[in-house]
Amino acid sequence: MKHLKYIFISALSLSFLACQNAGNEGTTNTSESSDEVSYHEAGQAFVEDEVSDPNILQIAIGSADHSTLVAAVQATKLENALVNAGPLTVFAPTNAAFDALPEGTVENLLKTENLDQLAAILKHHVTPGNYDKEFLKNFKKLGQADDTDALVEVKGEDVYIGGAKIVASVKGSNGIVHVVDAVILPTSN
Amino acid sequence: MKKVRFIFMAIGIAAMTLAGCNSQGNGGSNGGALSSSVAEKVYVAPGEKDTYYGFLSGGYSGNLTVYGLPSGRLFKEIPVFSQFPTSGYGYSEETKPMLNTSHGFVPWDDLHHPDISQTNGELDGRWIFVNGNNTPRIARISLKTFETEEIIEIPNSAGNHSSSFVTENTEYVIAGTRFAVPVPQRDMPISEYKGNFKGALTFISVEPETGHMDIKFQIMMPGFDYDLSHPGRGNSHGWHFFSTYNTEEANSLLEVNASQNDKDFVAAVNWKKIEEYVKNGGGKKMPANYAVNRYDESTHSGSSEMMKEVLVVEPTEVEGAIFFMPMPKSPHGCDVDPSGEYIIGSGKLSSDVTVHSFTKMIDAIENKKFDGDAYGIPILKFEDVMAGVVKSGGLGPLHTEFDGEGNAYTTFFISSEVVKWKIGTWEVLDRKSTFYSVGHLMIPGGNSRKPHGKYLVAMNKITKDRYLPTGPEMEHSAQLFDISGDKMELLSDFPTHGEPHYAAGCRADLIAANSQKIYRLDDNKHPHAIKSPGEARVERNGNEVHVYMSMIRSHFTPDNIEGVKVGDKVYIHVTNHEQDFDVPHGIAVIGANTSEILVMPGQTKTTLWEPKQVGVWPFYCTDFCSALHQEMQGYIRVSPASSDIEISFSLGK
Repeated sequence: MKHLKYIFISALSLSFLACQNAGNEGTTNTSESSDEVSYHEAGQAFVEDEVSDPNILQIAIGSADHSTLVAAVQATKLENALVNAGPLTVFAPTNAAFDALPEGTVENLLKTENLDQLAAILKHHVTPGNYDKEFLKNFKKLGQADDTDALVEVKGEDVYIGGAKIVASVKGSNGIVHVVDAVILPTSN
Repeated sequence: MKKVRFIFMAIGIAAMTLAGCNSQGNGGSNGGALSSSVAEKVYVAPGEKDTYYGFLSGGYSGNLTVYGLPSGRLFKEIPVFSQFPTSGYGYSEETKPMLNTSHGFVPWDDLHHPDISQTNGELDGRWIFVNGNNTPRIARISLKTFETEEIIEIPNSAGNHSSSFVTENTEYVIAGTRFAVPVPQRDMPISEYKGNFKGALTFISVEPETGHMDIKFQIMMPGFDYDLSHPGRGNSHGWHFFSTYNTEEANSLLEVNASQNDKDFVAAVNWKKIEEYVKNGGGKKMPANYAVNRYDESTHSGSSEMMKEVLVVEPTEVEGAIFFMPMPKSPHGCDVDPSGEYIIGSGKLSSDVTVHSFTKMIDAIENKKFDGDAYGIPILKFEDVMAGVVKSGGLGPLHTEFDGEGNAYTTFFISSEVVKWKIGTWEVLDRKSTFYSVGHLMIPGGNSRKPHGKYLVAMNKITKDRYLPTGPEMEHSAQLFDISGDKMELLSDFPTHGEPHYAAGCRADLIAANSQKIYRLDDNKHPHAIKSPGEARVERNGNEVHVYMSMIRSHFTPDNIEGVKVGDKVYIHVTNHEQDFDVPHGIAVIGANTSEILVMPGQTKTTLWEPKQVGVWPFYCTDFCSALHQEMQGYIRVSPASSDIEISFSLGK
């Protein structure tokens, strides 16, 4: 089970890398290529569909409390991963959670040269699998999409993931979104 | 002797054609495609979409295939008259009734002539109708769900071939019999065919809102072979034209005996007149037995009803409703131009295409210029109705389509070519070889008042060396032509599934926007649907076990079942709880004597499993639904018939 999860994670990151490579092909290093933009905008996140139930990305976009998260996802071009068939469990820090980081942290991460680091942090908020809050209590730790683990703690009725408390949960068509009150920072394995 | 001459002619022309094609068809080595940018014309870049839909008959596959044009990419195979393990059509409990007939469950047919529904003589993209040739049936397929919604059996018919063509406002879909049969069917000597067998022409009304089909009346024509047909349009709306062969009424060795008469007939039927007659109480009800099978989208289930009588009209009962127009050499195709003025007949054994005029026909009828009759049906004089003859020099004309620019395109089977000619002057404008021996052709909208033009698909009967070899049996081959210029331009070859007998096509925008993405779970009225995993359960009723199961990424609820016994009939009713575009789940159980079933989001389907061996038997999801698809599995424990283990079920315990 655990093994398979890692395979999935590797596949996910590999395909992400592959996207970037494909996008960069035949372009110069200095300018943003138009190829890259068009490839990026052609993913599953951009399928016209007003009929299906909202997916995880659409839930995040629809939440005013998550505009920082959405901006970070868009900056790192992770949209397509969040509308994948999944199933995915996404821990979504609120804007307040991002604001609570030391001043300048978010701005710094959004710089072009730091986007890989930001992407790793965002992927640390994603678990392959569809786990509601109740079911998460069965875990000691979760294997996250950045290939590191996040600790699961249960305090009374509350569930904490990497120190962030789940304050609300929304089911999406391809998984579940748990709103958390803090940004979950990866610790080195 | 005459026959032998034809064969020599055929060989001669085939040889000429072959010489001609060396420079054209095999021109790739001279850089043909590269130098003329032909490749660009069929290239649809990754992520881009085709501009036309093509619906190709699958012939003996029993199914309809959906292609994109100009790319020639296959998008879907829609199961219609044949069981289809890919989706479980004809295997699932819900779809078994769709294949019910008066002969019982008939899991195969020979699908011919797709025709898209029309409003005011133009394609409206709502439904597509197709005919089953072998066990006479007409099916209606939704162009919203791309699923077969209805199949109606045609009584008193056999070899349902001059079908399934719709009238200008889809008032009727028309089904004519190719093989005459005793009506009613009875035990009698075959040799007494002549004068005794009948050829039924069936007019099936289409309810404008639901599309439900209903046989309004059957005309019991003389026992000829009714081969193909097309509706009138414009001024000729209200008439329908059928080609006939075997007016000799031969019952054996037809290749000789049905080629005796120099001319057969096109039967012109004024269905409006007969409709009026029937509305006023005309016709006789006769006992019949035929199935009407309908699929209800809200219950995701088909049902079958046997109908017990049909209204029959004798052709001589209604004066001025039916006439015969002589047509040379056992005509096959019977096509009507976009204006509705010209009826084009193609004598299979002829080199000419003969065109009759509707105006001349009406004039001859009004002036009663008859040349005798056949079984009381007036025969018009050939010279009085003929508008022109296309002297093409080709051999074996079959079918004609139109581009809406005043041109017609006729396929020639024996000389293996498409010939473009001008309506009115009958002059040949262009000819292009096909590879090999073309049967039908299709221009999108080419059988309507307003053809959509641009492309022509030639559907060939013979493939030989066009593709990498695949043993003795090969798919048939189609060729795509660009017809937007003065001369036809061969663009590409693509293989087709089964044997296409005709096709229908249209601009993509007519259909694409309406294509359904998911079924709403809240609208699911299937009697065995469950709306939440909490309703999941297993119930025993005698030796029947009903499993009410849900599926979502990435598990079944329940996934462990015990208490099933050898000899039970286990009905697994599975509801897909996804509400997300393109996330089907499937289920298959080891040893099942049916196929898997593929369940679309919001849909419920049922598969029957009859365990024969004691053990613990797995089931799994057959569609790679998610990253944890491989985890989507479960077990059913099967105990001996004598066991007293109670039914139980669980998930995650």
